[in-house]
Amino acid sequence: MEKNSISQHISHQFNEELEDVRNKVLAMGGLVEEQVVYSMESLVTGNVEQAELVISRDYQVNAMEVAIDEESVQILARRQPAAGDLRLLIAVIKTITDLERIGDQAERIGRMAIHLAEMERPKSQYTELANMGERVRTMLHGALDAFARMDAEAAVSVAQQDAKVDSEYDAIMRQMITFMMEDPRNVRRTLDIMWSARALERIGDHACNICEYVIYLVKGKDVRHTSLEQMEKEVRE
Amino acid sequence: MSSNETATHGIDIESLTRPRAQRRLSDEEASMEVKDLNLFYGQKQALHGINMLIPKQRVTAFIGPSGCGKSTLLRCLNRMNDLVDGTRIDGQVLLDGHDIYDKSVNVADLRRRVGMVFQKPNPFPKSIYENVAYGLRLQGVRDRHRIDQVVEKALKGAALWDEVKDRLQESALGLSGGQQQRLVIARAIAIEPEVLLLDEPASALDPISTLKIEELISELKDKYTIVIVTHNMQQAARVSDYTAFMYLGKLIEYDDTNRLFTNPREKQTEDYITGRYG
Repeated sequence: MEKNSISQHISHQFNEELEDVRNKVLAMGGLVEEQVVYSMESLVTGNVEQAELVISRDYQVNAMEVAIDEESVQILARRQPAAGDLRLLIAVIKTITDLERIGDQAERIGRMAIHLAEMERPKSQYTELANMGERVRTMLHGALDAFARMDAEAAVSVAQQDAKVDSEYDAIMRQMITFMMEDPRNVRRTLDIMWSARALERIGDHACNICEYVIYLVKGKDVRHTSLEQMEKEVRE
Repeated sequence: MSSNETATHGIDIESLTRPRAQRRLSDEEASMEVKDLNLFYGQKQALHGINMLIPKQRVTAFIGPSGCGKSTLLRCLNRMNDLVDGTRIDGQVLLDGHDIYDKSVNVADLRRRVGMVFQKPNPFPKSIYENVAYGLRLQGVRDRHRIDQVVEKALKGAALWDEVKDRLQESALGLSGGQQQRLVIARAIAIEPEVLLLDEPASALDPISTLKIEELISELKDKYTIVIVTHNMQQAARVSDYTAFMYLGKLIEYDDTNRLFTNPREKQTEDYITGRYG
């Protein structure tokens, strides 16, 4: 499946339907990415207004998921797509589920930001979290870009970054445990930071899932629950 | 975790999650084999070097745009092209290992072993009963009781018995199109062929009759080798085990139907089954 192949059907109507559903996924991806960015900014800066904005916009993400699902079902019923077209729709339906979950995690980070804004704010504790957030955002952006360009190799290189996210998550966990042991009065704040790190780690996993759907879409190969090496091998074949 | 916990309430997860084995032509027993087949209509070459194995007791579908040679290839399998003037063939078509184009082959015998059903139902202007009994009478069977048995069995086999059992002596021309097509299939299976060739068997039928024919095809493959030519790709996807895609007289791709319709190897196949410009 190549990117320009969407527009080569004999039926123009079908071209438009597929192009439309694909554009909506990318728009939803853009919205979700923005939610992640805003939620992290509000967490790091203690901007309560921005956190509230993130929370109030989650319904838009949900509404897009429902709309794209509905459109996909209609195309499946009316066009009975095959081969690359079928894989595109399956990839779309699965991708938007992960995007919606990412949206939920961003909302969760927004809630943590509101809690944390009311507490003492030692700067040093947010640096690692901000770095991790930036890495996860880059992964999400890369996954959406791979989807837009139907680029399986780009999808693999995004998935490779997840190991770094996981090790950053472990490092934050260790650091937070130390803070809690040092002074029990830190426990409440530290727990909120841990939950935020956990949300970021989950966003990284969802971005990886999207990369797997891109590989399925382009190569027709199911690489879920396989090792990175296996994934690289399948894409190179 | 103990092994008891992984047993999950007696549900056999292992069997539920085992990937459906992809069918492989190389694992199949051949009913027919086409070897280096070229066919010419006068100066025009209609088939180019076709090599394929028709697996026993499976449904094989031929798809491709009009004029790609799929019906021509189908007709080669029981020498229907012999009837077309100016046709020349080289290469071999084997049925159980014997070349059907060998001089020693009796064409009537061959067509008894390799039956054919056409796009338009063609019942004889006789009773329903006589249509099905026709092949047996040609073979010289006189035993009334035996003919009764065969007619009933064939009509049941073609999923038509319940609809016609009370009017076997009425004219076959009074049946609906879908019933007529099933009657023609009953006529074909009454003489117990090994292979059944279906050339667009449902394209003149309404959707319900079409589904009945498709249902019938999946029942018949327990006993017969079936080859179907169809313009309806969803139909090929629904009924067949293997699908061959032909284009301009060549066999482009021939594979397990699930594979061909989800992840074809050839771009020409992908373009055709997804409705793109060729």
